[in-house]
Amino acid sequence: MLNKNLKLNEKMFDQDVEQIPIRQGFGEGLLEEGKHNKDIVALCADLTESTKMNLFAEAFPDRFVEIGIAEQNLASVASGMAAIGKLPVISSYAMFSPGRNWEQIRTTICYNDRPVIIAGSHAGISVGPDGGTHQAIEDIAITRVIPNMIVVSPCDSIEAKKAIQALLKIGKPAYIRLAREKTPIMTTLETPFELGQSQTLWKGENPEVAIIATGALVHKALVAAKKLEEIGISVSVTNLATIKPLDEESIITLAKESGAIVTVEEHQIAGGMGSAVAECLAQYAPVPVEFVGVRDLFGQSGTPDELIEYYGMGISHIMSAVKTVIERKK
Amino acid sequence: MELNDEKILGLREISNNIRESIVEMLLSAGSGHTAGPLGMADVFTILYFHILKHDPKNIEWEERDRVVLSNGHICPVLYATMAHAGYMPVSELNTLRRFGSRLQGHPHREFMPWLETSSGPLGEGLSQAVGMAIALRIDNKKNFTYCFLGDGELNEGQNWEAIMLAGKERLGKLIVFVDRNNIQIDGNTEDIMPLNSLTAKWTAFNWHVQEVDGHNFEMINDAVGKAHTVPEQPSVIICRTIPGKGVLEFEYDYHWHGKAPNKDEAKKALEELHTLGGKIKAEHH
Ligand SMILES: Cc1ncc(C[n+]2csc(CCOP(=O)(O)OP(=O)(O)O)c2C)c(N)n1
Ligand SMILES: [Mg+2]
Repeated sequence: MLNKNLKLNEKMFDQDVEQIPIRQGFGEGLLEEGKHNKDIVALCADLTESTKMNLFAEAFPDRFVEIGIAEQNLASVASGMAAIGKLPVISSYAMFSPGRNWEQIRTTICYNDRPVIIAGSHAGISVGPDGGTHQAIEDIAITRVIPNMIVVSPCDSIEAKKAIQALLKIGKPAYIRLAREKTPIMTTLETPFELGQSQTLWKGENPEVAIIATGALVHKALVAAKKLEEIGISVSVTNLATIKPLDEESIITLAKESGAIVTVEEHQIAGGMGSAVAECLAQYAPVPVEFVGVRDLFGQSGTPDELIEYYGMGISHIMSAVKTVIERKK
Repeated sequence: MELNDEKILGLREISNNIRESIVEMLLSAGSGHTAGPLGMADVFTILYFHILKHDPKNIEWEERDRVVLSNGHICPVLYATMAHAGYMPVSELNTLRRFGSRLQGHPHREFMPWLETSSGPLGEGLSQAVGMAIALRIDNKKNFTYCFLGDGELNEGQNWEAIMLAGKERLGKLIVFVDRNNIQIDGNTEDIMPLNSLTAKWTAFNWHVQEVDGHNFEMINDAVGKAHTVPEQPSVIICRTIPGKGVLEFEYDYHWHGKAPNKDEAKKALEELHTLGGKIKAEHH
């Protein structure tokens, strides 16, 4: 059942659960922090409204730089502004930032250890009809591999707002992953948030499997957990919003308590959140792991639901992964 | 910035010392870039010893001008100039490229906190300089931001993104030096990827453009002086330089882009520079 301590949205399983795009929370959080901290500046590459950076740009035009369609410049100009003491936030589609400008992020932001926050919107396959060229499903892999970088993937709009505010308070190079689509609201304003801290949102009695999910798919993991409970399988569901630094302690505890793990993410299995979890478990608590994610394929056009099903990241896929991993425990 | 004959002789002496240091450190390292650093020694000398607002003893000084070396591979000239200016002991130059040295093969500000940025991958420095100039303007600061670019480096598209942005933003306190030495790794720039006319290109992007002889202190000084007074446009000073300048054997030959001299070559080069140094001294004193 849902973890009462976290004050989650109790209507999250309802048909008419409130749904808001994750990027909305990012835009609101940036605006909010911008009011308190004059060092915050924002830069965008001709996608100001799509990335919800328009909220900040309209409120603080003097602290907003329109870079034009030039993502490599976007990353490095931000690094230069950080060198003077600014706290820059840059936004574009995840495919182009950190996709197109990966080496600029590595060299001019992370190698220099400059506090630039990279907001990658429209991440994941659920971008939908735009097709495979626009679906960033490699962004977690390419950001978490860079030293000095923090990687955060919020599960809903409310968490995204808290995450960007927390990141702006610590001032380190960071990537925040945002989805385009409306996403069910799972948390509330009262739900605590701490960078680097995973949260177990659902816990059955003596769970046989621990599901670890990130981003919008946390909701599908929770629905899967509820359905599994109805057929007598007890699991836990943990929201891993901060992928780097990894909450190793909690992951090891989850593995030891349940003896099996299923990871769920809208990303390539190679190099993603599940890989990060597996890297930790292989060292400290080797247990069977099943990965729900994209299996070395590019995306294509379709509705978000069609694509999530086609690429094997739906509720039924999470349920079968749980059953498979239970088999492997024997 | 007043320049008289006396001061010019002093600068010539310093740049000759810097060239000697460059040859010595490359010999000691056994690898590294020769042509670019020797070619840019005069521009670095006048910048650090005459023009720049900086204080080697107070590297966090807020009023300091900012310098970005985008073409990081010519760092021997940056390291040697900064050592002679007092940022680090000149004796440390011989640790270039060694394990544990602050003198990384390409500059890393984690090892040298007095650098504004790290570099090596070409095409990224100007964007950072533009970011610095924008941020300084937001803070109403008077500091200038200087950025060094190679000419071959201009093949990189990101430069043109940054050039466009600086023109749009009318960054009057941004000054770029292009090392127009006509060489890059694979050959002469006009064979690899024609750049001419650089003046027409930068002008079209709303920059104030000047071309100078990069070994003529008066011309460089005048050009920077002029750039300082252009309020609404970023400035580029295209410095025509001789790659490998100061050592006949190395001059004009693109093969010396990324090669360090061996013992014999270094010995001959140092003799040549010594002789020249002696002449400058005789003239000076
Ligand atoms: C992005 C990137 N690509 C390639 C290189 C390898 N590289 C180093 S220097 C250089 C040539 C640069 O030419 P130029 O700027 O004219 O420098 P010069 O040879 O005159 O010193 C190249 C291709 C690099 N450092 N960065
Ligand atoms: Mg060149």
